[in-house]
Amino acid sequence: MTTVTTQEQLVNRGNAFTLSHLDVLEAESVHIFREVAGEFERPVILFSGGKDSIVMLHLALKAFAPAPIPFSLLHVDTGHNFPEVIEYRDRIVEKHSLRLHVAHVQEFIDDGRLRERPDGTRNPLQTVPLLDAIEGNKFDAVFGGGRRDEEKARAKERVFSLRDEFGAWDPRRQRPELWSLYNGRHAVGEHVRVFPLSNWTELDVWQYIEREQIGLPEIYYAHEREVFARDGMWLTAGDWGGPKESETVQKRLVRYRTVGDMSCTGAVDSDAATIEQVIAEIAASRLTERGATRADDKLSEAAMEDRKREGYF
Amino acid sequence: MSTTTVEPTSLLRFATAGSVDDGKSTLVGRLLHDSKSVLADQLEAVEHASRKRGQQAPDLALLTDGLRAEREQGITIDVAYRYFATPKRRFILADTPGHVQYTRNMVTGASTAELAVVLVDARNGVVEQTRRHAAVAALLRVPHVVLAVNKMDLVDYAEPVFAAIAAEFTAYAASLGLGDIVAIPISALAGDNVVEPSAHMDWYGGPTLLEHLETVQVAGVSGDEPARFPVQYVIRPQSEEHHDYRGYAGQLASGVLRTGDAVTVLPSGRTATVAGIDVLGVETDIAWAPQSITVLLAEHLDVSRGDLIAAGPIPVPTKDVEAAVCHLHERPLRAGDKVLLKHTTRTVRALVKEISCRIDIDTLEQRSGAEGLSVNEIGHVVLRTAEPLALDDYTANRRTGSFLLIDPADGATLTAGMAGGSFGTAVDSAAPDANGEDRV
Repeated sequence: MTTVTTQEQLVNRGNAFTLSHLDVLEAESVHIFREVAGEFERPVILFSGGKDSIVMLHLALKAFAPAPIPFSLLHVDTGHNFPEVIEYRDRIVEKHSLRLHVAHVQEFIDDGRLRERPDGTRNPLQTVPLLDAIEGNKFDAVFGGGRRDEEKARAKERVFSLRDEFGAWDPRRQRPELWSLYNGRHAVGEHVRVFPLSNWTELDVWQYIEREQIGLPEIYYAHEREVFARDGMWLTAGDWGGPKESETVQKRLVRYRTVGDMSCTGAVDSDAATIEQVIAEIAASRLTERGATRADDKLSEAAMEDRKREGYF
Repeated sequence: MSTTTVEPTSLLRFATAGSVDDGKSTLVGRLLHDSKSVLADQLEAVEHASRKRGQQAPDLALLTDGLRAEREQGITIDVAYRYFATPKRRFILADTPGHVQYTRNMVTGASTAELAVVLVDARNGVVEQTRRHAAVAALLRVPHVVLAVNKMDLVDYAEPVFAAIAAEFTAYAASLGLGDIVAIPISALAGDNVVEPSAHMDWYGGPTLLEHLETVQVAGVSGDEPARFPVQYVIRPQSEEHHDYRGYAGQLASGVLRTGDAVTVLPSGRTATVAGIDVLGVETDIAWAPQSITVLLAEHLDVSRGDLIAAGPIPVPTKDVEAAVCHLHERPLRAGDKVLLKHTTRTVRALVKEISCRIDIDTLEQRSGAEGLSVNEIGHVVLRTAEPLALDDYTANRRTGSFLLIDPADGATLTAGMAGGSFGTAVDSAAPDANGEDRV
């Protein structure tokens, strides 16, 4: 951890009592983690092994140092994961002696509670196992790495977002959120989704990863990979069901901007192999990360809003 | 392509307010678009949606209206947060609907804003709605205000039109106690003075809106501001390495804290000495707002979540709270209501003893004898709390002077409160003549 340099930077700039935007965002996120720790009984961090949840976990670890974090982790496993991400997940859980809950989409398909979609996309199927895990473990606060800059429905999301007993989000009945006063009151059976990275952008996340020297799964950096084209994206070939007969596999130099289900998360052509190169690439990019790499958000104009209403995070 | 690390930049939180047809969505769209913060796939989505609705040109308002109901009705129904950056600064924009029934949304956006952009139509000048926005900015103590005189293209870019509106607004805003006021003539539609300087207004020598946003002084922490540290959480590792560690975690609400400082723990009033400060796991000897830190005290005191560690002039804990409030919920607030009051990290039971008056936000007249406050109404109340609270006056400290009222039955956020009573006295003499203005 390199926090000490931020204090030095500020004093050196001769402007001792201001903070950089990353320091302000970090302080705000830590405040959110501590509010939840102070007010809830059974919080859990949704951890996918993607960069946002990795940053979220990093912030949580700093928020309670030198004590361990008072939360466990929950991973909703679609069954179509990148092996590098699962390997990363298990490594970080062991390193910090965390407790990990895993909800498996595959189990729900096997016992008939969920049905595979014709397009093979499992991302929307995550909602049912997620809500089941929240209910079964009686989690009352669920941290998600969602950012308001990701998508226009998320731009309307509160930091503390109350969900009813069905896990549903009703954008018209949200609690107003003022100052830094977060209202976590909820009835038994309801829970609150908490978004500590609400005010971060993709670039902030990467700049913070650079500053804090946070390790990520390899797939975020340029590497040679066997991919095939579908709907304008490069998808990784695999057991999940691609490629079809008409689709040809080729080896390309690519990297991922987001990590999700393999069936709907696309790679981008890139030779950015270091954090510095990734930041430069994102700063120059003319596409949002979701626009570039997520098929599930293209399903309709309000795809994200509709999924969130059903309990997606 | 540069591969060097981006320089640390500052952060400005600001809010926009404007009447329904003043072109606020166009201004926000223009700001995002011209600062190159709209990416190709977002623009493509807007173009696609605009075509589907039979519109000729891309409707930039669709960039900000994110919900189905908003797109269906063509209005903004809720606060949304937008993010953009220039090489000089990062911006968080609270995009607040200005429609009359959404006063609470502007209050919400203004609560965290350091600057408010109040938009007027150059053809209409200062109207009731403009005064309402200025009043809300004053009530919420937004330090900087920009009057954006929009649609200058429709008044032939005429300086006298702008000068008259700017003078009227500045006089009014100053009477409310608003400090830094800057007026900028713009055309959001044509792009004049939003990001690019206008070619049509040689007479204007000031900054564009974006230049002003980039350079306005963000309130730093001054060394003489009293330190306020609400305790959020007690960190006790109880590990072998940190056996005796007992740290008070929280975010500095104001001021500077140093090791060796003498502090008072409220509401108990016990005094102590700062023995150490950790900034997220790293030891330091100085910290300032708004850093999240952990404070270690030399003395063994009983300190827990909800307590306030304070230095400098300290507030006197009280069970009797007078405050200006904005009611946020459809259920009205009435005298006799039993509620929960959340102040910093402390939540206590409270009784609404009296609704002293309701403020007509259009005329700023105080109407006494109010039975209750309806949604979007602003008034003064007297509360009695079950436990003493260490409140600062909101005019002195936005963070330790603010609170929420919460419904104990269902947890709904009812009311936003600002401790102290100075807003009413500030506007008494300035109440304008409300006759002859159009209602929005």
